[in-house]
Amino acid sequence: MTLKHILLGTAAAFALSPAMALAERGSDGQLNIIYWQAPSTLNPYLSGGTKEVESASLVLESFARFDENGSLVPFMAEDIPTVENGGVAEDLTSITWTIREGLLWSDGTPVTAADAVFTWEYCTHPEGGCAQASYFDGVESVEAVDDSTVTVHFAAPKPFPYTAFVGSESPIIQAAQFADCLGAAAPECTDANFGPIGTGPFVVEEFRPNDVITFVANENYRNPDQPAFARVTFKGGGDAASAARSVLETGEFDYAWNLQIDPTLLLEMEANGIGTVATAFGTSVERLHLNQFNPDPALGDIRSTQEGGPHPFLTDPIVGQALSMAIDRPLLSEIGYGAGGQPTCNVLPAPELYASTANDDCLVQDIPGAIALLDEAGIVDSDGDGVREYEGTPLRVLFQTSTNAVRQDAQALIKQWWSEIGVDAELRNIDASVFFGGDPSSPDTFQKFYADIEMYTNNFAGVDPEAYMANWLCSDIPSPDTQWQGANIQRFCDPAYDALVAEMSQTAELEERGRLAREMNDMLMQSHSIIPLVHRGGVSAHANTLGGVRMSDWDSELWNAAEWYRIGE
Amino acid sequence: MTDLTTLEAETYQKPRNQWWDVWDQFKTHKGAVIGAGFFIFVLLFVFLGPFVWTLDAQYIDIRARNQGPSWTHPMGTDQLGRDMLSRLMAGGRTSVSVGLTAMLLALIVGTFVGVIAGYFRRLDGILMRLTDLFLALPILPLLLVIIMLFRDPLRASFGPEAGIFILIVFVIGITSWMPTARIVRGDVLALKEREFVLAARSIGTPPHRMVTRHILPNVLSPIMVSATLGIATAIITESALSFLGLGFPSDFPTWGRLLFDGTDWLQRNPERVIWPGLAISLTVLSVNYIGDGLRDALDPRIRGR
Repeated sequence: MTLKHILLGTAAAFALSPAMALAERGSDGQLNIIYWQAPSTLNPYLSGGTKEVESASLVLESFARFDENGSLVPFMAEDIPTVENGGVAEDLTSITWTIREGLLWSDGTPVTAADAVFTWEYCTHPEGGCAQASYFDGVESVEAVDDSTVTVHFAAPKPFPYTAFVGSESPIIQAAQFADCLGAAAPECTDANFGPIGTGPFVVEEFRPNDVITFVANENYRNPDQPAFARVTFKGGGDAASAARSVLETGEFDYAWNLQIDPTLLLEMEANGIGTVATAFGTSVERLHLNQFNPDPALGDIRSTQEGGPHPFLTDPIVGQALSMAIDRPLLSEIGYGAGGQPTCNVLPAPELYASTANDDCLVQDIPGAIALLDEAGIVDSDGDGVREYEGTPLRVLFQTSTNAVRQDAQALIKQWWSEIGVDAELRNIDASVFFGGDPSSPDTFQKFYADIEMYTNNFAGVDPEAYMANWLCSDIPSPDTQWQGANIQRFCDPAYDALVAEMSQTAELEERGRLAREMNDMLMQSHSIIPLVHRGGVSAHANTLGGVRMSDWDSELWNAAEWYRIGE
Repeated sequence: MTDLTTLEAETYQKPRNQWWDVWDQFKTHKGAVIGAGFFIFVLLFVFLGPFVWTLDAQYIDIRARNQGPSWTHPMGTDQLGRDMLSRLMAGGRTSVSVGLTAMLLALIVGTFVGVIAGYFRRLDGILMRLTDLFLALPILPLLLVIIMLFRDPLRASFGPEAGIFILIVFVIGITSWMPTARIVRGDVLALKEREFVLAARSIGTPPHRMVTRHILPNVLSPIMVSATLGIATAIITESALSFLGLGFPSDFPTWGRLLFDGTDWLQRNPERVIWPGLAISLTVLSVNYIGDGLRDALDPRIRGR
């Protein structure tokens, strides 16, 4: 009898919950999120990792965030400043944000303009290593006009002023909490870094680095009905396949992030009917970089640098073009990414205004064409070993990427296509934490690029490509002098390109910026030093009982977690 | 006359080779015989198999991906349409070669160190501390460092696959000779005090003759046993390394790599894990049984009982 009563009671509670689902804060109980890479801090200014930025986005907010279409949505601000409403100065040298009226930190104190000014000081402190410093590039000063008005002044006209304090990578932190954490002291403020006070829908209850974070609903959140969930468990660690299983097969978790696993497997898991795979396309492109410098190990420490000299054959666009033509992009995309990928011929595939259509021939594989191209250029197999020679150097390449089943499959396929046009590839895969780790003492990082060709994905946050296209400046080539930092991975260098970058930073008119970005993209493509393969979407999975997910690849995937709710049984 | 002929025939009958005794004893160990049979089958399968089953292990036939067993692909195909049977053969060739070569290296080093340490008292302390030192080395971090340091020079001189092969064999060999050295040293220490050694010494036998003629044949039994166990360990270590994604290029099959690639597909195509897994465990098991049989057969004190 007792058991029956309990069961009836539970059933009644479940029956009642849908009616209340959207009505009250904390009414939907527990939300479980799994990120298979575990966050090590909750201060996004101290780590550039996606996992840290996205977990922190539940707590820390900025003036505005990008929704799933790349449009700005005001968060801490009253509205989005534009030239039309007077928020952005006519000469584009300043932007003025107004803080939402009555906005409170989770500890109950009001948010003031001083907090934004402090955030700017915190990230631009000369002794501190701020991971998001690029968001404050070109910012001359941040001024608190009054308690609720902040003006960001730029040193030069800024055609796209929505960088500082916009998006989850540039949130506003509380001045009172971080006051003693400026500069070199920043990493030492463990309590603040592990439990920042924010304005977001949730508050940190417990943070275990590289393991689990527990959040509870923020009592002072600006919308009294949100968040619907009372508690969030944010689990880190594991691998992509097990994370997918925990949402799609066992239902232990409600949301899993970044599921780069074989699409066949993902589809089969989804067929269980417990969860749904969600895809959002941003700007991520899986691409091949063709090293323009010589990576010959015989050169020792100067390989892959200016002093090592140019690459023996990859600097010739004909070779790059043939390599590109031999690749069947639709097949790669279908096998490796399924619905989460589209073949692309551009390194800048989105937003639409900036996407070029000049290179779309590459979407169709053309092995005979590639063979003819090489034959015409006199790059033929003269010694009969099945590998062509370029001025005496055989076309043998070392092709590296990070360790991931999907990437190894792609490597094997590409190797086979290249062997059909007489190019021999040796494959190498490196553990992702080493490859992307950026440790200047390791020879295996993607920046050092001690290989002929490498494959990985890159993208840019937000919707404006100016900073991203500036990656391929001559001055941005990684070298020992810069501790191997620099984003020009394939070591492309063309003064005409540098001039276009400079022109874009002076151009405000949107159509004109689009033209410049497309021109730069085409210039890169026609140098054939970079071979784009697949325009990748973010692939995540959420339980069918989780409602309100609007996945955005332009910002944190959890950008609207305040609006998430439990769909009633 | 007749009697004499018989006697002569008996007297001049060729003395029976002691290896026949060993074989007779070995035959009585059923597990060892089955193990040896299976191991020979594995050797034939991986080394001669590719001449019979001629599909290329690395050829991608994308239309035939993820197929189950059929007449064209008896073990099915993987996610890129590569034939699993030929991959199993090619993978076994690498795994077994690594196992045999690494074992040989470990055996030579281990026996040498063990005999020298056991026979010459002055070198004993140094060599045994060296052995302890090597025992304390963690193999995986060591391997990471060695691969990082020597990968490029070896690749330049021997090519990617042979270079990595040498590297892996060297690393496994260099980190697994210590048990052999210890066992051999212990046996040599005991043998050294026996009367026949004393007798040999008293007639002036020089040390090198002493070792090769009197000591080595008597420690052959433990050496053979640790050799067989060494093959098993080497195969497992190589599989573990490939499983971790270290070592050979990703498109170059080894049993460990096949197992690693198969784990994601465990639910959908369990045979992709079962076949390489079975191959590894059965090979190791058979080798262990051979070792067990050899120990019994080579020890004159057990033999004949």
